[in-house]
Amino acid sequence: MTYSLSSFLMVSSLLFCLGLFTVLTRRNAIRVLMGIELVLNAGALNFVAFSRFLEAPEGAPLISGQVFALFVIAIAAAEAAAVIAIVLSLYSMLKTVDIEQYQQLHG
Amino acid sequence: MNGLLGKKLPGRAVPMIGCVSVFLSFWIAVAGFFTLLGIEEPKERLVIQSLYQWLLISWDQGRFSLELAFRMDPLSAVMCLVVSGVGFLIHLYSVGYMAGDDSQPRYFAYLNLFTFSMLLLVLADNLLVMFVGWEGVGLCSYLLIGFWFTDLDKARAGMKAFIVNRVGDFGFFVGLMLLFWTLFETSGGAVTGLSFGQLQEAMPRLITARPIWNIEVATWVALLLFVGATGKSAQIPLYVWLPDAMAGPTPVSAFIHAATMVTAGVYMIARLNFLFLSAPAALAVVAIVGGVTAFGAATLAVVQNDIKRVLAYSTISQLGFMFMAVGVAAFSAGIFHLVTHSFFKALLFLGAGSVIHAVHHNDLRHMGGLRRYMPWTFLTFMAGYLAISGVPPLSGFMSKDEILWAVFTSHLPVPGLGKALWALGLITASLTAFYMTRLVILAFAGTYRGTPEEAHHLHESPPVMTGPLMALAVLAVIGGAMGLPAPTHLPHALESFLKPVLGDHGGSDPVVHAYGMEVLLMGLSSAVAVAGICGGWLCYVKHTEIPARAASRFAGIYRMLSRLFFVDELYQFLFISPLVKLAKIAGHFDLNGIDAGVNLTSWLTTKLAVLVGWEDLQVVDGVVNGLAGVVQKCGDQLRRLHTGKIQHYLYSVAFGLFGLYIILLLL
Repeated sequence: MTYSLSSFLMVSSLLFCLGLFTVLTRRNAIRVLMGIELVLNAGALNFVAFSRFLEAPEGAPLISGQVFALFVIAIAAAEAAAVIAIVLSLYSMLKTVDIEQYQQLHG
Repeated sequence: MNGLLGKKLPGRAVPMIGCVSVFLSFWIAVAGFFTLLGIEEPKERLVIQSLYQWLLISWDQGRFSLELAFRMDPLSAVMCLVVSGVGFLIHLYSVGYMAGDDSQPRYFAYLNLFTFSMLLLVLADNLLVMFVGWEGVGLCSYLLIGFWFTDLDKARAGMKAFIVNRVGDFGFFVGLMLLFWTLFETSGGAVTGLSFGQLQEAMPRLITARPIWNIEVATWVALLLFVGATGKSAQIPLYVWLPDAMAGPTPVSAFIHAATMVTAGVYMIARLNFLFLSAPAALAVVAIVGGVTAFGAATLAVVQNDIKRVLAYSTISQLGFMFMAVGVAAFSAGIFHLVTHSFFKALLFLGAGSVIHAVHHNDLRHMGGLRRYMPWTFLTFMAGYLAISGVPPLSGFMSKDEILWAVFTSHLPVPGLGKALWALGLITASLTAFYMTRLVILAFAGTYRGTPEEAHHLHESPPVMTGPLMALAVLAVIGGAMGLPAPTHLPHALESFLKPVLGDHGGSDPVVHAYGMEVLLMGLSSAVAVAGICGGWLCYVKHTEIPARAASRFAGIYRMLSRLFFVDELYQFLFISPLVKLAKIAGHFDLNGIDAGVNLTSWLTTKLAVLVGWEDLQVVDGVVNGLAGVVQKCGDQLRRLHTGKIQHYLYSVAFGLFGLYIILLLL
C-alpha cells in the first residue's frame, strides 16, 4: 500500500490544527506546552514527507529535510526543558499553573 | 666660574650656611681675580660665560639675541671682591647681632638673596640681566628694611624704599627700551643685543641716530639710566628712602650702604662709561647732581640725633662724591672711592650696630662715655672715623683727594663748573669731618647720659661682632694703598688694573699733571679735614654751648635742616597727597560709578531672567508637557491591548496569519 504526499500533509495539518487549538484553548500551562509540541511535530512531519516525495533528478533521496526534522526534535526537547523549568519556577512563585493568572506583565 | 658665583645656595635655618656660602663666593671671587691677573695682556683680561640663550627675537630686518651671560673683567672682579668680601664680614657680624631673633632663617635667606642679586648685577654681561639683579637688589632692600614688619613704621620705611626705587627703576627701564629701540632701528639687519661688548660696538650708531626733541639719543639714554642710578644710589631727588632705610637691622644698613645696592648706580655708570662719555651733557648733570647731593646731605648730617641717620646722610654725601667723580669722567677714582667707602662705611655702621646692641637705642643725645665700656668698638670706630674724615694717609683721604683733584682738573662743558664743584666738595669734606667728630664725641667721649640702669648693662659686643670690625678697620686704614696719589710716583694699582675697562680718562693725564698743584690741593683738603675735626671738637667738647646758640640764632636754617629741607613734606604735598586724593576719587568713582554700573547690569539681568523664566514655564514647558500628554494618552489607549494573557496574543498572531493568508489568496 502506497501513500501519496497529500495524505501526509493532511495528517500534519490535522496535527498542527489540534496543536494550535490546544494552545489557544487550554488554561493549564503544561497542556499549552503539549499543544506546542504537537505544532512542532506537525512541522517535522511536513519536512520528512517532502524529503521522501521530492526526489532529486538521479533518484537519490533529499536528506536535508530529514536532517531538519532531527533539528526540530532536538530544539523541541530543549524548548520543553526550558519551558518546564519556567513553569516550575512560576508555580513555586504563584502556586498555580493557570496561565490566566500569569498576567503580571500586562500594561 | 662666574656661573658658580651666581648659583649660591639660599640660606637655610642655620646662619652657618648663610656665612659659608658667602665665604665660598668670596673665595671664588678671589680665584677669579687672580685668574684675571694671570692673563698677561691687560686688554685680554675678560672672561665671558654664557649659560644659555635667554631671548631670541627675529623680525624681517634682523635678529635680537640675548643671552644669560656673565662677565668677569677687572671692574666686575673688583666689585665682586668688595661685595662678597665685605658681605661676608657683615654676614659674620650678623650672627652675633641677630642672635636670639626668632626669624634668623628669614634674615639670612634675605641677606643671601641680596648678595646673590648684587653679584648678578655686578657680573651681568648685558643690561637686561643687570636689570634683573638691579630689581632683585631693590626687592631685597624692601624685604630687609621692613624686616621687623610688625612695626608699622618700619614696614612703611620698607615700602618707601621700594616705591622710591621703583621711580628710579622706571627711568632705567625706559632708558633700556630707548636704547633697544634705537639699536633696533639702526641695526640694518645685523644681529643686535644688549651685551656690553655689543653696546660698545653700537655706540657710533647711537650717536648718529635721529635726535629726539633736538637732544641726542645717547644723552637721553644716559640721563634716563642716571635716573635709575639716582633711585638706587640715593641721589637728589630720590635720596629720601635711604635715611628711612635705617629701620632695618643695622647689619642690613651696613650692607645696603657699604657693599651693595647704593653702589649699583655708580657701578652702572662706570660700566657704561663709553655711553656716558658720548653724552657730555648727561655727564655734567651727573657731576652737578653728585656735588649738590654731597653738600646737601652733609649739611643734613650735622643736625641728626640718630646715630644711624647721621651715617645714612653721610653715605648719601659720599655717594655724591662718587657721582661727582664719574661725572667728570674719572671713573676709576669713583670706583676707588666706592671701594674705600665700602670699607669704612661698613665699619662705621657695624660699629654703630655694636653701640646700639649695647645701649638698645639710636639716640646720640643719650649716649656718651662708651669708650670705657666698649674699647674695641671704640678703637675700630676711630679708624673708620679718621678714614671718612679724610685724614692722611688713611683710605678715605686717598680716594676723596683723587676725586677732588679729578674734579679740579676736569673739562666740563660749562667753564668754571669744575672749580665750583671742587669748592663744594672741599666744603663737604670739611663738613664730613665736622659731623663725624660730633658723632664720635657724642657717642664715645664724656660720661654716659642714659639712665644708670642702662649704664649698668653696657658691655662690649661678642668676638663674632668685633672680629669683622677689626678686619674692616685694617682695610679702612690700608685700603688707600690701592691708589696712591700721583706725586708719590708710586704705581696706582687700582687705576691701572681697571684701565682696560674704564679707559684712560680722568684727571691723571701725566703730561698736564701739575704735581705741585696736586700736592697743594692735597694739603688743602687735609687742612679742611683737620679744620672740620677741630671745629667739631670746639663745638662739642670745649664750648658745648655753641651748638645750642647757633641753633637758636639761625633757628630758621636749623629747623630747615632738622626737617630735612622739607623734602619729605614737599613730596608728601606734590606726589603723595595728590595720589591719595586720586585714589580716593578713584575709590569714590568705584563705589558710585562702577558699582552702580554693576548693580544696574545685575538688575537688568534679573529682570531678563524673570522674563525668560516665564517664557520657559509657559512656552517650553507647555510644548514639552503637551507632547508628553499626547504620548501618555496614546499609551493609555494602547495598554488596553496588553492584557498580559498569552492566549490573547496568540489569538492575534493566529488571526494575523490568517488575514495575511487571505490577502495572499486574494491577490
